[in-house]
Amino acid sequence: MSEFIAALTSNQLPFLRYAFLVGILASISFGIVGSYVVVRRITYIAGAIAHCVLGGIGAALYLQKTHNLPWLDPLYGALVAALMAALIIGMVSIHAKQREDTVIGALWAVGMAVGLLFIAKTPGYSDPMSYLFGNILLVTQEDLWMVAILDLVIVTLVWFLYHNFLAVCFDEEYARIRGLQTSFYYLLLLTMTALTVVLLVRVVGIVMVVALLTLPAAIAGQFVNRLGHMMVLASFLCMGFVASGLAVSYKLDLPSGPIIIVLAGAVYLLVIAGRRLRCFSRRPLRN
Amino acid sequence: MTKNKSVEAVIELTDLEFSYNDRIVLRDVNLRIGQLDSTCIIGPNGGGKSTLIKLMLGLLQPDRGTVRLLGDNPAKTRSQVGYVPQSTKYDPLFPVTALDVALMGRLGSRPGRYTAADYDAARAALADLDLEAYMHASFAELSGGQQQRVLIARALVSAVKLLIMDEPTANIDAQAEHSFMELLRELNERMAVILVTHDLGFTSRFFQSVVCVNNWVHIHPTSEITGEIIQDMYGADFQMVRHDHRCAAGGHTHV
Repeated sequence: MSEFIAALTSNQLPFLRYAFLVGILASISFGIVGSYVVVRRITYIAGAIAHCVLGGIGAALYLQKTHNLPWLDPLYGALVAALMAALIIGMVSIHAKQREDTVIGALWAVGMAVGLLFIAKTPGYSDPMSYLFGNILLVTQEDLWMVAILDLVIVTLVWFLYHNFLAVCFDEEYARIRGLQTSFYYLLLLTMTALTVVLLVRVVGIVMVVALLTLPAAIAGQFVNRLGHMMVLASFLCMGFVASGLAVSYKLDLPSGPIIIVLAGAVYLLVIAGRRLRCFSRRPLRN
Repeated sequence: MTKNKSVEAVIELTDLEFSYNDRIVLRDVNLRIGQLDSTCIIGPNGGGKSTLIKLMLGLLQPDRGTVRLLGDNPAKTRSQVGYVPQSTKYDPLFPVTALDVALMGRLGSRPGRYTAADYDAARAALADLDLEAYMHASFAELSGGQQQRVLIARALVSAVKLLIMDEPTANIDAQAEHSFMELLRELNERMAVILVTHDLGFTSRFFQSVVCVNNWVHIHPTSEITGEIIQDMYGADFQMVRHDHRCAAGGHTHV
């Protein structure tokens, strides 16, 4: 543990420090947006958005190399792709009453396919594995700013619209009767999900990022009975998983993304199992 | 139609037709519900009860005909209606408290946070329904009857002239049902009440008129509900339990 702290503070491994700070800061957005994703039951949609991100990364890498646009960081491509995916999937989910899952599943795969094709056509070597499964070597100092700004945007939006989002997630029909533009809130929620997902793609990867969005919120949901509390607890849990995951991966020299996800998954299973055991040991009387 | 008349009715449905995927759910619906009326909507599952409610609230658009709610387009006026959906539709894991739910009755088209007045109104509505002790309890952990009362509190926070309830008795026990009837009676002094139920024993004790919905819609004064009408609607094998009829004012208004 002390080795890890020493590594964080030394200047020999700046990427480790960046990854750590990006993870801690991004956890704020992850806890907040993840709670909405869990209670609104749109994990599948969040997964589709995350996978479409590869399309944007591929396109950005391709344009960067072939059109000599050095400023075009793959992160920008990821952001654009995530936002487009959120809007398209959102519209599909609002309007396609039937076969919504089929359409979303197709977008999920097509987004990835487009990304892989762009990467294949990009001159030089780019490893899609880094984006799919995360690679903290890719984290830069600019990412820190990006995460801080997005945190600010999401915290501000949710502070102001907390009750509106809560009502739309709890009972969309009733929210509509009360005069809320429920489609607008739904699309905004998906947009925030898209932005959040992009933040940690480099740390945990496209394939696993949704687990980090939903597992802390799902664990928190076992202990609290208000959405706001769920968000706070989920944010702290997410910070814990990222920090301990990075420490373990540093110590054991293993990739950080999978370690973070395995830790989160293990804690989730333990919590669920613990709850079950307690239910069995003191089964309530029928009333 | 004169302006005056449309103000009097809380709901006015004219020549309404609605179909879902080419299957006609409701046709030739003409229905008028006046201020302070108490109306019970009964009918078999799939007969169109919930569709009728959704049309009244403008959540669905009719294929033909018009809907007037509180004298205007439902999209404009529905925020003045108290609506109580079935409590069974809620996610049992959703992290909200009773107060959070009641506060939703204060939502408006203006986005933003609740004000102190919103909190006061929601607390008062919960207190009116004897839920003071459960304000900060998790909605999911309340009993069926308590959840129902939280939803009624939420509806009353915004209800001005009309309260619409969908199967409110589905989830509550006999004693709760008794106090529920008392509550309805009290509310009906201030506003029109529309209640959807499958529980026929419920209908005659309180309601002035009964709307039978089975793809068609007929309205009867409660005193006229007979075995034949029920049989006509539900099919021959329906078992009637005899109960006392309370005659209602206003004769037969077959529409």
